[in-house]
Amino acid sequence: MKKRLVVLGAGTAGTMVVNRLRPLLPAQDWDITVVDRDDEHRYQPGYLFLPFGTYTEKQVTRPRHTVLADGVDFMIGDVDVIHPETNVVALMDGRVLTYEYLVIASGTSPRPDQTPGMLGEQWRRSIFDFYTYDGAVALREALKGFDHGRLVVHITDMPIKCPVAPLEFTFLAEAWLREHGLRDRVELVFVTPLPGAFTKPIASARLGSMLEERKIVLEADFLLEHIDAETKTLVSYDEREVPFDLLVTVPLNMGADFVARSGLGDELNYVPVDKHTLLSTAHDTIFAVGDACDIPASKAGSVAHFSVEIFADNFLQHIAGQPMTGSFDGHTNCFIESGDHKGLLIDFNYDTEPLPGKFPLPVIGPMDLLKETRANHLGKLAFRWIYWNVLLPGRPMPLPSHMSMLGKSTDDLSKNEE
Amino acid sequence: MPVTTIDGHQITVDTEGFMTDYAEWDEPLGASLAAQIGIALSDQHWEAIRFLRKDFAVKGETPTLRRVSVVGAIPTKTLFQLFPQKPAKKMAYIAGLPKPHGCV
Repeated sequence: MKKRLVVLGAGTAGTMVVNRLRPLLPAQDWDITVVDRDDEHRYQPGYLFLPFGTYTEKQVTRPRHTVLADGVDFMIGDVDVIHPETNVVALMDGRVLTYEYLVIASGTSPRPDQTPGMLGEQWRRSIFDFYTYDGAVALREALKGFDHGRLVVHITDMPIKCPVAPLEFTFLAEAWLREHGLRDRVELVFVTPLPGAFTKPIASARLGSMLEERKIVLEADFLLEHIDAETKTLVSYDEREVPFDLLVTVPLNMGADFVARSGLGDELNYVPVDKHTLLSTAHDTIFAVGDACDIPASKAGSVAHFSVEIFADNFLQHIAGQPMTGSFDGHTNCFIESGDHKGLLIDFNYDTEPLPGKFPLPVIGPMDLLKETRANHLGKLAFRWIYWNVLLPGRPMPLPSHMSMLGKSTDDLSKNEE
Repeated sequence: MPVTTIDGHQITVDTEGFMTDYAEWDEPLGASLAAQIGIALSDQHWEAIRFLRKDFAVKGETPTLRRVSVVGAIPTKTLFQLFPQKPAKKMAYIAGLPKPHGCV
């Protein structure tokens, strides 16, 4: 009797899971089935560049089936519910899949419906998101007609997918306005529920001063209660108000609704897992990888990548009834676009915050950490090719899965502690 | 980790004053910590603080505001009234729990 691994979601994490596991699981013993709603795989980091016309639609989209390994069954369908007690996944159209093991890789999605006043007549008129393909394209059209007023970039609540992207968007917008001779006519405001520009102290200080240098107003500790669409105003729970002419918001991010329907999610529909192995805390036949799980790491492609590398070997041990020996450390690695063809790079994990230094090699680099350079910008652009050609196919990357302290400077850390 | 004394309780805290040992806390200490930041605890305050304690014991993480509102059934608006300006931080401080990271 053949066994079956079912993977829900053929995005970054799900695709890497099946592509890594297919050569490791003998085809005569194991079927691998991956389910997604459609056949369009988006390069989501590219959404950041769509509004400024840097990337075209074509550059960020490929059919999902073309990036899946041979021997992986791809099914298009909406998941209705998982029955973990009987190892069954039911699809909306009535089809049923049984599994020996299940990997939930259904990611996280922006949910403008969760904030009163966000969806409504101003949605996609003066209120935009850029975390969806449609939103990023609509925003591109809106920017073409925007020549003065208050441009507000806003995060509804944490955690969000790619937590540096709102800052990147702000830096790119500032540079774009300067290029178009509009900077003097536009007030730029960055509104965040966090106490500063970013989550971790040293990076937050560095990125905060970059906002200041660019004369971007930081409105911190702002937790949105509702949007008054009539007066075009953000209103917080503590009754502060931020008016806008053009709002670029990151709506509340939530995991898939079928996770909640299956009783497998937390308050944001994320699947609770062991943060080192990604095994569900409730069922030892279910893993959750990438943005769909609740690990205290950034919801980012790099986290999915580093964790899937460790997951693949662990999975083989787990199905053989052995203890899993690999342990994910929360390794995250993000390029941050800062405008004017420059960028920063941050590298961190569960225990170590982003620090300045060199990456991946000490002294030599060539990348600088937490510092604006042209090399980092080129790295970000090169990453699109790496994503399609190295990362998704599961080819080896010349980067270790675990974070390394080599090349990092801890001077700022000790100053912080004093 | 620094050790400090509040109302006769000796407690271990981090550099920002958040307690680091779950077991060192009890309700009278919670009331003293609240007084430190100018809050007199009503029954409504206690409901939130007790939820934080209970949830941390299970999850090992300080719950976010959203979790307190969704799972603990106390509306976010109420939390902002009870613990003005920075409810997540203030609740964690009073409940003797680590500062919520909530965000990464």
